[in-house]
Amino acid sequence: MQGHSTYVPTSKAAKWLESRIPIIGLFHSSFIAYPTPKNLNYFWTFGGILTVMLVSQILTGVVLAMHYTPHVDFAFASVEHIMRDVNFGWLIRYLHMNGAHMFFFAVYLHIFRGMYYGSYKAPREVLWILGVVIFLLMMATAFMGYVLPWGQMSLWGAVVITNLFSAIPIVGETVVTWLWGGYSVANPTLNRFFSLHFLLPFMIFGVVILHVWALHVVGQNNPTGVEVRNLKKDTVPFTPYATIKDGFALCCFFIFLLFFVFYQPNQLGHPDNYIMADPLKTPAHIVPEWYFLPFYAILRSIPDKLGGVIAMGSAVLILAFLPWLDTSKVRSGSYRPAFRIFFWVFVAVTVLLGWVGSQDTAAPVLKFGDNTVLTMVGFGQILTIYYFAHFLIILPLLGLFEKPLALPSSIADSVLGGGHGLPAGAAASPETKG
Amino acid sequence: MNAFLKASGLALALALGATAAMAAGETATPPRQKWSFAGMMGSYDNNQLQRGFQVYQQVCAACHTMTKLSFRNLSEKGGPEFKPEQIRELAAKWPIPVMDGPNDKGEMFERPARPSDRFPSPYPNTVAQRLANNGALPPDFSLLAKARTYRVGFPGFVIDALPGFTYQESGVDYIYALLALGYVDPPPGMVVEDGLNFNTFMPGQKIAMANPLVDGVVEYTDGTPATAAQYAKDVSAFMMWAAEPKLEERKQLGFRVMIFLLVFASLVYFTKKKLWADVKGKGGKAANAH
Amino acid sequence: MTTMTAGDTKRDFLLIATGAVGAVGVASAIWPFIATMGPDASTRAAGAPIEIDLSQIPEGQSIALMWRGMPIFVRHRTPKEIEESRASDGKSMPDPAPDAARSFKFNNVVQSQWIIVQGSCTHLGCIPVKNAGDYGGWYCPCHGSHYDTAGRIRRGPAPKNLIMPEAAFLTANSIRISGTRSAA
Repeated sequence: MQGHSTYVPTSKAAKWLESRIPIIGLFHSSFIAYPTPKNLNYFWTFGGILTVMLVSQILTGVVLAMHYTPHVDFAFASVEHIMRDVNFGWLIRYLHMNGAHMFFFAVYLHIFRGMYYGSYKAPREVLWILGVVIFLLMMATAFMGYVLPWGQMSLWGAVVITNLFSAIPIVGETVVTWLWGGYSVANPTLNRFFSLHFLLPFMIFGVVILHVWALHVVGQNNPTGVEVRNLKKDTVPFTPYATIKDGFALCCFFIFLLFFVFYQPNQLGHPDNYIMADPLKTPAHIVPEWYFLPFYAILRSIPDKLGGVIAMGSAVLILAFLPWLDTSKVRSGSYRPAFRIFFWVFVAVTVLLGWVGSQDTAAPVLKFGDNTVLTMVGFGQILTIYYFAHFLIILPLLGLFEKPLALPSSIADSVLGGGHGLPAGAAASPETKG
Repeated sequence: MNAFLKASGLALALALGATAAMAAGETATPPRQKWSFAGMMGSYDNNQLQRGFQVYQQVCAACHTMTKLSFRNLSEKGGPEFKPEQIRELAAKWPIPVMDGPNDKGEMFERPARPSDRFPSPYPNTVAQRLANNGALPPDFSLLAKARTYRVGFPGFVIDALPGFTYQESGVDYIYALLALGYVDPPPGMVVEDGLNFNTFMPGQKIAMANPLVDGVVEYTDGTPATAAQYAKDVSAFMMWAAEPKLEERKQLGFRVMIFLLVFASLVYFTKKKLWADVKGKGGKAANAH
Repeated sequence: MTTMTAGDTKRDFLLIATGAVGAVGVASAIWPFIATMGPDASTRAAGAPIEIDLSQIPEGQSIALMWRGMPIFVRHRTPKEIEESRASDGKSMPDPAPDAARSFKFNNVVQSQWIIVQGSCTHLGCIPVKNAGDYGGWYCPCHGSHYDTAGRIRRGPAPKNLIMPEAAFLTANSIRISGTRSAA
């Protein structure tokens, strides 16, 4: 998308700077003149929302780090010090804590939007894979951040997750001892998690820059999945059109986030984390935060420890292969009637996996009289199989057998409602993009 | 619930937590109470918090510590709001002295508490506290109201999160129920070991603490009935404040922020609508914008 | 450039040698950063072997002590418990082991009354609760693993029996624990 910069420096100072480092021009072409498909719906505002959330998490996090003490004896008390004594400490801490939940909420919508509209398909594979990298880094960051308050769930969550590495053949135990910096989750572990929790968001920020760069090279996808043909007819400049729309979506998102911060700050957390970590007392029911629950359910579905870890890891990594697993020539789910059904089934399966992850494994799901026909583990196994089948069987086959609907000839046509109906596939081919 | 399952034969069962599943009997769900601090506009009742502190001081403090609280907190805004001079006197007369030092001879010494001190613990450490209480550790009260809950299940937890319905008081409900409603006779056939007491709301239904609240044990001076149920209510409210001392500040600030955001969001919305009007129209001006 | 001269050979050799020495340098420079995350000297010292005086634990009782941040369970079994455990030797278990293999030997005699295990569930490292579960040994409240009095997994998601640490009897009434073992 280079070459669209219409920026001409006017002032002498701007000319001086621009001839040495064309940074204003870069920002102008990236965030002002950048052509945006005019038919984007509100699901396309989550990119902007996520960027703001990342900055918000970094800002609140840096302030919290000024008052927090990463030591097993003081960490819990220092968080309470923030909550009780530091000016507006409660606000910053609740913002950071609920911000993490909302960050994941937004990223899941962002991912599902990409999956529905086929945003991972050529030429956007690298853009998509960078997104998967960001997601992985987010998971690591969130996990380590949850350990820092050093409550019961912090400690025991860390025990459960770090123990997963012991499933690695031969070197597993050595790796775990190395991760802990000792023979158990203790002070060295907390201290290094703090260090890494501080570092990783800046790495995320770096990958986000790559993500945006890749986006600006290939251009945004849009609800029709038809590439931009005519810049004048199909697109609008990013500013003011996308900026104001993103701004409105951001306001709504913040109302949602701040409602939690001000009126139910602990609704999404676990009460046990208000009990200081005790290595001698296991909580009755260790559950991860809700955003990890689907993957946790997959982990528990596999009876074998190593197998469980591999399944859980694959459940995330399989996303990176999505561009090649989906064989359909048509990008957008709006023109794929069969895919649309399977997509919503997949969403439902993921949500159900999350529910299974929050429940006791032996709990009954289906009872016939007094006999349990299906336990939570069994239900989780069925859902896990479907989860992988969606990627490995349904998507590859669907592209071969599905009969897509007629695509509009261009974005402008779809907006004006006068589609001519090009043969499927032709419109989605990337070489015709403007 | 079991009867329902049997009757329907085939049904989706909502699972119980591991604790509940392990318990001999089924742990009861605490009934919801009316709390002055519930809801979006809720605030603490200063008199109730003062009474609650009185109950804590006279009944609970001998076993339960409150390590995160300082005497000064009792006079801060949004709390019991004792007068500063009351706090100074209260701290000075607190039965447990504060360890300070070293003095100019290099020795540690004991001195009366000051408002800036945290509530001194009667025990040097938790092992001593456990030994003094027949092997059971009385939990610290600082955060207990946020560290306890009961299972609400679906769709209750969604309703509890909705604006207008928002309900975050399950912790105090539990504490109140345990104190005021839980101490009843065990069901026939249930063996309650020595040193344990039956309580319907305790996970596992056995609790080391004997019923601590009896009618008339604390003398109220403001005319509130001196009943065990009232003590339980007041001390639960006090514990909620102890766990969440900034609740009032939070809800008040939240109201202002919400109003601001709603106004700002609508302004942004109308600006957006105006800007996009020409794009939505046929072959609008936006097409020529660049 | 089709023929190799002596100069070319010498240049190639220098390139490879420089690259190899440089690689050794980089690897050596990275090592301290990796090693710094391992257990430090004080942690290693605190994890030095311990000796336990077993005469303090009456029959039917058990103790849990913290070592290397992990609880070590020492259980003094009653003859009835031993008998029950032996009786189930042949039954199918996730990690079959005879009762006799669950205790340490002193003077080549299995000390069946003493069960010494690491108090960490082999599933995901939670601490099992003593005298609970369907087999009277331990029960893990996290994901519902049942262990018998010999610490053998009988039912639930745990793949292995409770791990026996590296230990050896010094006298009939004292044992030395010198290391923890992993479940893998």
